[in-house]
Amino acid sequence: MKRRARLAKTCTDAKVDLGEVEDWQVGGFAIYVHWPFCLSKCPYCDFNSHVSSQIDQKEWLDAYRLEIDNLAAETPSRSVQSVYFGGGTPSLMLPETVEGVLDGIRRAWPAANDIEITLEANPTSVEAGRLQGYRDAGVNRVSMGIQALNDQDLRKLGRMHTAKEALAAYETARSIFDRVSFDLIYARQGQSLADWRGELSQALDLSPDHLSLYQLTIEEGTVFAERYHKGQLRGLPDEDLAVDLFSATQDLCEAAGLPAYELSNHARPGQESRHNLVYWQGGDYGGVGPGAHGRLTLDGTRYATAQWSNPAAWLQAVRAAGTGQRTREPLSAEDRFAELMMMGLRLRGGIDLDRAARLRGEDLPQRQIHDLIEMGKLQISDGRLAATEEGRLVLNAVLRELLV
Amino acid sequence: MTQLSHIRNFSIVAHIDHGKSTLADRLIQSTGTVADRDMKAQLLDSMDIERERGITIKANTVRLDYKAKDGQHYVLNLIDTPGHVDFAYEVSRSMRAVEGSLLVVDASQGVEAQTLANVYQAIDAGHEIVPVLNKIDLPAAEPDRVRAQIEDVIGLDASDAVLISAKSGLGIPDVLEAIVHRLPAPKGDRNAPLKAMLVDSWYDAYLGVVVMIRVMDGVIRKGDRIRMMQTGAIYGIDKLAVLKPQMVDIAELGPGEIGVLTASIKQVRDTRVGDTITHEKKPCDQPLPGFKPAQPVVFCGLFPVDANDFEALRDAIEKLALNDASFSYEMETSAALGFGFRCGFLGLLHLEVVRDRLEREYDLDLITTAPSVVYHIYMRDGSMMELHNPADMPDLTHVDHLEEPRIKATIMVPDEYLGDILKLCQDRRGIQLNLTYAGNRAMVEYDLPLNEVVFDFYDRLKSVTKGYASFDYQITGYREDDLVKMSVLVNDEPVDALSMMVHRARAELRGRAMVEKLKELIPRHMFKIPIQAAIGGRVIARETISAMRKDVTAKCYGGDATRKRKLLDKQKEGKKRMRQFGKVEIPQQAFINALKMDS
Ligand SMILES: Nc1nc2c(ncn2[C@@H]2O[C@H](COP(=O)(O)OP(=O)(O)O)[C@@H](O)[C@H]2O)c(=O)[nH]1
Ligand SMILES: C[S@@+](CC[C@H](N)C(=O)[O-])C[C@H]1O[C@@H](n2cnc3c(N)ncnc32)[C@H](O)[C@@H]1O
Ligand code: SF4
Ligand SMILES: [Mg+2]
Repeated sequence: MKRRARLAKTCTDAKVDLGEVEDWQVGGFAIYVHWPFCLSKCPYCDFNSHVSSQIDQKEWLDAYRLEIDNLAAETPSRSVQSVYFGGGTPSLMLPETVEGVLDGIRRAWPAANDIEITLEANPTSVEAGRLQGYRDAGVNRVSMGIQALNDQDLRKLGRMHTAKEALAAYETARSIFDRVSFDLIYARQGQSLADWRGELSQALDLSPDHLSLYQLTIEEGTVFAERYHKGQLRGLPDEDLAVDLFSATQDLCEAAGLPAYELSNHARPGQESRHNLVYWQGGDYGGVGPGAHGRLTLDGTRYATAQWSNPAAWLQAVRAAGTGQRTREPLSAEDRFAELMMMGLRLRGGIDLDRAARLRGEDLPQRQIHDLIEMGKLQISDGRLAATEEGRLVLNAVLRELLV
Repeated sequence: MTQLSHIRNFSIVAHIDHGKSTLADRLIQSTGTVADRDMKAQLLDSMDIERERGITIKANTVRLDYKAKDGQHYVLNLIDTPGHVDFAYEVSRSMRAVEGSLLVVDASQGVEAQTLANVYQAIDAGHEIVPVLNKIDLPAAEPDRVRAQIEDVIGLDASDAVLISAKSGLGIPDVLEAIVHRLPAPKGDRNAPLKAMLVDSWYDAYLGVVVMIRVMDGVIRKGDRIRMMQTGAIYGIDKLAVLKPQMVDIAELGPGEIGVLTASIKQVRDTRVGDTITHEKKPCDQPLPGFKPAQPVVFCGLFPVDANDFEALRDAIEKLALNDASFSYEMETSAALGFGFRCGFLGLLHLEVVRDRLEREYDLDLITTAPSVVYHIYMRDGSMMELHNPADMPDLTHVDHLEEPRIKATIMVPDEYLGDILKLCQDRRGIQLNLTYAGNRAMVEYDLPLNEVVFDFYDRLKSVTKGYASFDYQITGYREDDLVKMSVLVNDEPVDALSMMVHRARAELRGRAMVEKLKELIPRHMFKIPIQAAIGGRVIARETISAMRKDVTAKCYGGDATRKRKLLDKQKEGKKRMRQFGKVEIPQQAFINALKMDS
């Protein structure tokens, strides 16, 4: 109970006196570990994921640990609030690999008492078999990529599992972990409002504590994008249906006790993903592994970092230099303000106006904020600026008004 | 100083793409004027824009030293002239400085509209003309057919036409020999007082104003004090040179010779093309007949995207005008666009070229408003005013009637496209004047209102004929018609920059096309935007841009933050190309594109 109360507070970044602490501490500090391999490439996916049959996990573990040590040397005396294994398909990692990485992290930084350690898992039976091993290694939260609850759509999405298999994997996960979330992709080809309402109700009946519900996005460079441009990806919802699908999602989840705390993320109060909140609340995070991004405040300057994306290039760089970092870009006050708005307005709780003004170092764009409030896209209460539901649906346009 | 008998002055006339620039390159190269290693394509097209677009805009000149087969050394002065109708004026005055022309015709294409227009200018200037059939390397070349066509359509004897491939170099020696033996030598009297024609002038960043001259009589030397007979101004010559094509100093220029001088002249506007240059102390008694200055026929507003750039724009326009006397400007204020300039151009290409140069050479972002022709407004009180800007249209109660400029258009087209052309001209309020055939090509002449032509006529012509039609025109005069001002309202606010003059019978069509186009061109906003076209208070067409309902990124985690921030930075750049009207942002491109009609 106590823990929940504290988490809930983190969701609306508590007011902090910046005389004493740096801005990132409002959001906290987290480590993201990227595993870049999958069994096959899904046609909609533009993540840094590769299909490879020869992976020497020992070699990978060594490289992760080198990079972790390197990162730790730059960021001493911080405690880690969250670790996230993302992918690709981290559930292809051997439990020993996960354990080794977590061991490296524990040696490098003190862990917060309530540290959240999440691993993204694909819901196949093989991977379900490894869940206990992850638990033993220290993982305490699992996020499963279920994506759809009917086999026909799963096939269209190029997924390697059936709905039944996914549900079985979910049950296994629930029996092992206190906190299990899963992802669904909606606004799929040919999906009607009624279809989705049915499917989402079914999902909510599984009584998850956390759900990520993403509208299908056609990302450039994917197989779907190629088909889409050729006019071969038919039956995608038009704007009106997409809006209706989104609204229905809000309503159903809200009624089931899982309100949206972020645009696409829903949780029972207290069950929000701490890791993702670090991103949205402007915390610092270290990126480990190919293509991992980070935000690090060092000597008062905040940097955006990115590692080499290509797995082989990353490995080679780590071996040679102890880090696979490719770019490190200092962020201006304007950049930091932009990122705070971009990320923070995704949250139902929005952003703290004083904090935003402090980051920007000058006044906020009052006229634009005023106009957007008039239009019903933004609202202010208790010194916080947040997007309304209508505003969240056009957040890109809202951000253009505010930032461009 | 060269003997008159050993000088030949000539220009090359051709339809665009028939190979004028390539032939000039070959002549420069094969006379050894420029070493092979320094040779680049289209050597005389010196402006970036000229090279990029493959067109010649300003006349350029080069002096070639040629040892002919008879063993004699000749000086050949080539003036390369623009082919495009917008610059016809530039052509006509350069022609007056030379005695002969090479008429270049693409042997695979035949005579085109610009061939005709340009060759008639050469004939008017009294030139000896040598037909040259180019591109005979192409399998589609039909020299016999084209020879016959030159005789039929132009009435020139083409039996001695020189057959060449400017690309491969085939026949180039024959061209050089023809220049020497078939074109006349210039005439002139070395001992008479100096009489030289001011052919052109331009601004050079290092040298200041450079004046190109053709000496008729007498001798001009470095250090001479000269008088411009029209302006009366007196200058001392600092530098005298010939162009090869870079400047090579020369001590003196005698009759028949072409060269350049500098004389501490501040701006190009101080020089008058066509003026007669003579010696201060010993002037000639009769000046050469002058040229009439070029009249701008198309006007549009140029506004800085960023209002803070107004001074920079003023500066740039002034500098550019120094080097382009055919372009006019005056300050303009628009309710929607703020401070800018109303500029006059010789045609649409000229407009585009000037805008490109302002943007590129002076790093400005500009908004171009609807191009407009010059209307004559006859007031009830009997006075007449010129209307350069639809926004200045006076109250109708004072207006008696309006007149608009008309043109005679000459279009040459393969007969399978004739129907499309006739329809296009008919749609544009054209009156057919003439229709003749030469082989399987038709030549049509139309009387058309210029305002129907300035926007997109040429684009339409090219698209309906797949590029096979050619077009040229000349302005013939003014005629009364039922013309009204159409205004455009976006989100209930009038956008003065989009208002235009239209014929009443065409107003609804244009209004409809305009609002439909704007609906496509204005991005959706978070609110709905009505777009209306109106005449006076009466709405004649209406469209609505619906409000955007969804525009959001589903996933945004660590790496996406960077991606998204970069995207926003890019949009900041894009936003510079937008203009705010009340709450609505209109992309700059919309101002030009909204006027392109698909009728
Ligand atoms: N095949 C062939 N192409 C040529 C010849 N002369 C010019 N061209 C090409 O025709 C195009 C237009 O030539 P250009 O000299 O720029 O024409 P201009 O517009 O009259 O100056 C270019 O792509 C040239 O390379 C030729 O003799 N044979
Ligand atoms: C890192 S990804 C994939 C994790 C895991 N490999 C899997 O596929 O289950 C996290 C989530 O993003 C979502 N996602 C990926 N590509 C998407 C797209 N093009 N449109 C919408 N959601 C997408 C999926 O729900 C996916 O589970
Ligand atoms: S969606 Fe997941 S499993 Fe599919 S390719 Fe992307 S990262 Fe791999
Ligand atoms: Mg050319």
